[in-house]
Amino acid sequence: MQRNACVALTVNGEPQEVSFPPYKTLLEVLREELALTGTKHGCELGECGACAVLVDGEPQLACLVLGLECAGRAIETIEGLARGAELHPLQAAFADLGAAQCGYCTPGILMTAKALLAREPAPSRSRIREAISGNLCRCTGYQQIFEAIEEAARRMAHEGPR
Amino acid sequence: MMRLPWFEHRAPKSIGEAARILAGEGPDAMLIAGGTDLLPNMKRRHQAPKVLVSIRGLLKGNGQGLGAGTTLTEIVNDPALPRGLRQAAQQVATVHLRNMGTIGGNLCLDTRCNYYNQNYEWRKAIGFCLKKEGDVCWVATASKRCVAASSTDCAPALMALGAAVKLESVSGERSVALEDLYRNDGIDYLTRRADEILTGIQLPAGWKSTYWKLRRRGAFDFPVLGVGAALQFDGDTVRAARIALGAVASRPFLADKASEFLAGKTLTDEVIEEAARRVASRAKPLDNTDLDLYWRKDVTEQFAAYALRELRGDDMRETRLRIARQPL
Amino acid sequence: MKVLGKARRRVDGRAKVTGQTRFADDLVLPRMLHVRLLRSPHPHALIEDIRADRAREHPGVHLVLTGKDFPVSFGILPVTQDEYPLAPEHVRYVGDPVAAVVARDEQTAAEALELIEVKYRPLKTISDPVEALQNAEPRIHAYSELGNIHRLQAFEFGDVEEALARADHVFEDLFFYEGNTHLPIEQHAAVAAVDPDGKLTLWSSTQVPHYVHRSAARVLQMPAAHIRVIATPNGGGFGGKCDVCNHEMVVAKAAMILGRPVKICLNREEVFYMHRGRHPVLMKFRTGVTNDGKLTGMHLQTLVDGGGYGSYGVASTFYTGALQTVTYELPRYKFEAARVFTNKPPCGPKRGHGTPQPRFGQEIQLDKIAEKLGMDPAALRLGMVAKPNSLTANWLKIGSIGLAACIEQVVQRSGWTEKFKRLPYGRGVGLACGSYLCGAGLPIYWNKMPQSGVQILVDRSGQVTVFCGATEIGQGSDDVLAAIVAEVLGIDPFSIRCVTGDTGITPVDLGSYSSRVTVMMGNAAIQAARKIKDMIAEAAAAELEAAPDKLLFANDRVGFGDRTLTFAEAVGFAEEKFGTLGAVGSYKPPRAPGRFKGAGVGPSPAYSYSACVVEVEVDPATGWITVPKIWIAHDIGQTINPVLARGQVEGSVYMGLSEALMEEQVFRRLPPKLSSALVHKIPSLLEYKSLTSLDMPEVETILVEDPDPNCPFGAKEVGQGPLLPVMPAVANAIYDAVGVRIDEVPITPDKVLKALELKRQGKPPRVGPDAFPAVPYPAPVEVAPPWEGGDGNAKKGAEKPKLKVPAA
Repeated sequence: MQRNACVALTVNGEPQEVSFPPYKTLLEVLREELALTGTKHGCELGECGACAVLVDGEPQLACLVLGLECAGRAIETIEGLARGAELHPLQAAFADLGAAQCGYCTPGILMTAKALLAREPAPSRSRIREAISGNLCRCTGYQQIFEAIEEAARRMAHEGPR
Repeated sequence: MMRLPWFEHRAPKSIGEAARILAGEGPDAMLIAGGTDLLPNMKRRHQAPKVLVSIRGLLKGNGQGLGAGTTLTEIVNDPALPRGLRQAAQQVATVHLRNMGTIGGNLCLDTRCNYYNQNYEWRKAIGFCLKKEGDVCWVATASKRCVAASSTDCAPALMALGAAVKLESVSGERSVALEDLYRNDGIDYLTRRADEILTGIQLPAGWKSTYWKLRRRGAFDFPVLGVGAALQFDGDTVRAARIALGAVASRPFLADKASEFLAGKTLTDEVIEEAARRVASRAKPLDNTDLDLYWRKDVTEQFAAYALRELRGDDMRETRLRIARQPL
Repeated sequence: MKVLGKARRRVDGRAKVTGQTRFADDLVLPRMLHVRLLRSPHPHALIEDIRADRAREHPGVHLVLTGKDFPVSFGILPVTQDEYPLAPEHVRYVGDPVAAVVARDEQTAAEALELIEVKYRPLKTISDPVEALQNAEPRIHAYSELGNIHRLQAFEFGDVEEALARADHVFEDLFFYEGNTHLPIEQHAAVAAVDPDGKLTLWSSTQVPHYVHRSAARVLQMPAAHIRVIATPNGGGFGGKCDVCNHEMVVAKAAMILGRPVKICLNREEVFYMHRGRHPVLMKFRTGVTNDGKLTGMHLQTLVDGGGYGSYGVASTFYTGALQTVTYELPRYKFEAARVFTNKPPCGPKRGHGTPQPRFGQEIQLDKIAEKLGMDPAALRLGMVAKPNSLTANWLKIGSIGLAACIEQVVQRSGWTEKFKRLPYGRGVGLACGSYLCGAGLPIYWNKMPQSGVQILVDRSGQVTVFCGATEIGQGSDDVLAAIVAEVLGIDPFSIRCVTGDTGITPVDLGSYSSRVTVMMGNAAIQAARKIKDMIAEAAAAELEAAPDKLLFANDRVGFGDRTLTFAEAVGFAEEKFGTLGAVGSYKPPRAPGRFKGAGVGPSPAYSYSACVVEVEVDPATGWITVPKIWIAHDIGQTINPVLARGQVEGSVYMGLSEALMEEQVFRRLPPKLSSALVHKIPSLLEYKSLTSLDMPEVETILVEDPDPNCPFGAKEVGQGPLLPVMPAVANAIYDAVGVRIDEVPITPDKVLKALELKRQGKPPRVGPDAFPAVPYPAPVEVAPPWEGGDGNAKKGAEKPKLKVPAA
């Protein structure tokens, strides 16, 4: 019997109830059921990191999380990163310092970096390299991404926690 | 977009309940914990279970040994765990996948082969292969046996540590030494029965351990060689040694001769060289993974020596940084 | 300069960091249907029959299309219109599309694909150039020049044999460059919809909406005026979205038939089949050099593996030799090239288009030359840098050339002199250079119209809207457009609205390829902006009682001394005086001096230059390669936005290093007695290896500014050139580290270890190709170089290459 499942989950702080075919991963639920197309996809097999979102605060790959298993979990996506119209310091630094070229891997990297800075407010370059090593970027050569994460960490230390 | 096939999803509240579902559904049911191995395989139609039995969050450990549902990130972050295991866990896939994947899942990881880990359409173009839907092994066309490579990092690390795993089913539970969990058969690579759940890992104490992994890049890649090594010392003398190899056969296995050779010896350069040679003689890589197979065979000796030198106390940080692209 | 040269957030930066950039697969339209393509499982076969009734009857399926629905072929080059949206009778690689299912969702479409029965008659498969040369039959394409040789080209600029005979040394070297692919993280996607007025709109992740527009009109047999192609921002292009794609035509046709929006998004495996990436090229260089390090002549032969279709291949093949002359002084040059068809996904343009392969060979050969002559490789190159404002042997016009400054910069910053030949065994440095086009001199189809057009609308609110067909692929073309207009008008780039890449409302720009956008769009934008500025100046001058040419446009004000107007006020006066304000600008490159047939590939308004030093560590026991640091200097002419410029340089270095060390688009041939299938070995993001953040070294970037008079404010390209020197610099560094030559890419540890083993055995310590097959190159088109009395025309009687057709 091919029936939709109905799941209650929290996306960017908003409780949602969604009905979808059980085969849909969180990636498909976000993009196709909730119209949150800011989360991207590059392989759907866990091989690129483009679909990284935060699940209960941890960066995970939406393409390999069953939508069904998100019941009761807190999902954060790129759409929830800015505070109103004000960019998150990571977003501002990425925009200012060239860390987003085509912008396609950017949402996944931003969410991954957010989790990093939540754990380690002042990570070394080497920690940053490790933290985003599961996110492939074909445009930047990564260097401006490293610099933007460092700059955001500085700005956040200066501005205090959000 | 690559999508999963239709399936029925069951979310038992306990391992007992999960075991009952498995027993009831038979081989049409599969367990899912982190999903990082099973879901890509399902998207490529390697597996299409009718029922998915979710044990996510159930096996977090109970004070006795390591729960099979412990995520790889939790292992990396637990300084009480042996170094070799943490080094292995830290080199699995990527940050995101380690946040999702579990140690139990990594131990049960499907064997890999680049004739097999392809989309359905690709496999159809070659007429499929022995491991799934076909009758030829394209790696070794004369082979009656599937030679897909064991690609778990944690198994060789844990095998070197002398770990055992607990398997539970409706008919009871049993403990098996990790080396006995595996078979050298790319299809039937586990001695775990389909109705059994790998629930925990028992770790003996007292070993000094390390893990060295060969792969192309600093992240993502499965091992094309894994060397797990654990030693016990009496002063400078090796009391006991266990060296395990991963990714060079359809199962991880102990390099017994090398381990025996090391017992009672001091780790001089000559002893390390000889032991490494004995380890390397057991590596039989095939042309079904990344990187040139002859080269992978050639460098096994070096990797075994790295492990032993690190356990001797040599400062291997620079070599480690070059190989792993990160400090470990 | 008020805007240019200053570090600044890009104008579309906010959209990209908030996830609001709308990529093609992000588009969702009411009643939208979804497409999956059925692709050939055979590398080479004839289609005998297709039965799709069961698929048509499958619940949720709206339409099944096959080759019969597309009688008209297409192709990016007018000379190779050899592709069909769905193959009607002949499939040429595993992955060639043969049918399409349109259904309510992707899952249903995929299910229905399984129900289509295709009967194939397999043909013998051609897997590589040697097989293509040896097997004239079965023909992959009937139109190829000779058997399965798609194209043969041969040119000689001066008597090269005489030049080599005169040289003190002649170096003969073979190199091989493996094919690789673009791997944009965004998979190609397209959406087509019928507008309320019955016209068609096609959104696509394409770099070339204009060419897609032309092809759609041809394939759908519709008036072009009834088709609007909108290039969505590309999630990475690198040349991979430069071609017209099967799936674009399929969704367009389906939407026209069904009257409903139709979408497709390729999966990753299909992106590998779309390919159009770097051609595998085998090269033979014979180069004459004097004892004091001057080139006397060069004879370059290339053999190019084209894959199953033409794509850009004819141009790519020219590019495997066209730019060897613009870097160093080369008095005589002979170039012979052949592109063959093989049963693999078609190759095409990838970052550097055809030029990285011979650049790799040339720069390694120069390293070998320097060693033989006992010269420092940097000094050797500095002694032969081409002259500014000069002509080359093959009649290319060089303008500014900042190459010497680039070499000097990387030599100094890297500590080259202290490191080269002086680092301990296992560590080394390598140097290489490169040069690239700033836009191809000629359009892809013959016409004398502008290659880029810009339109500007300004109104009394001070609002400036700029329209251009150029396409944002991540490189920052919208930012360049805004910056240049802002510079001319003295306003903030963020107050400009850019409308780009939309054939329905923007003037034609040929697209984002060949590093043409900054120069061509930029020049058109300057022209349009200056017209607007002149009108505003005339009106404002009357108001301020000043001479129009004395007015300063800066900081959103227009004025003279302390008498100023806001920009909006000034626009208002201009609107009073001239009526509604608008202006257009257009750009066409200067006519190139070469007049011979074949002179169309290579000319450019300007050339960019780069130099690179790579440091490596090689473990002699394993061959394991580590790259701790790369220094790169790029002659950009004039920087527009240094943040973006540096990003382009570093991105190029990244991609070059990734190609040098690991990327390869390779295929497996299964044993003929069992299958004979020829499949892509690793069509996945996991197994097609590209550098991660942990593998990427530190990069030190130096921008050298040698403005070129043909370029907007002197600005040259920066998106492709800096890739070129990286691969040979890696190879040269490995030689410096452990004394072995790897004359092919990728340069992998197993090859290094193999070469080290050869060295131990006393054999030549080299891994690379050891033979160049006999290629029936035609007698060359002979053109005298400018300094040998030439006028740019071919010599009488040698205007056309003469095929040497072998006896039957």
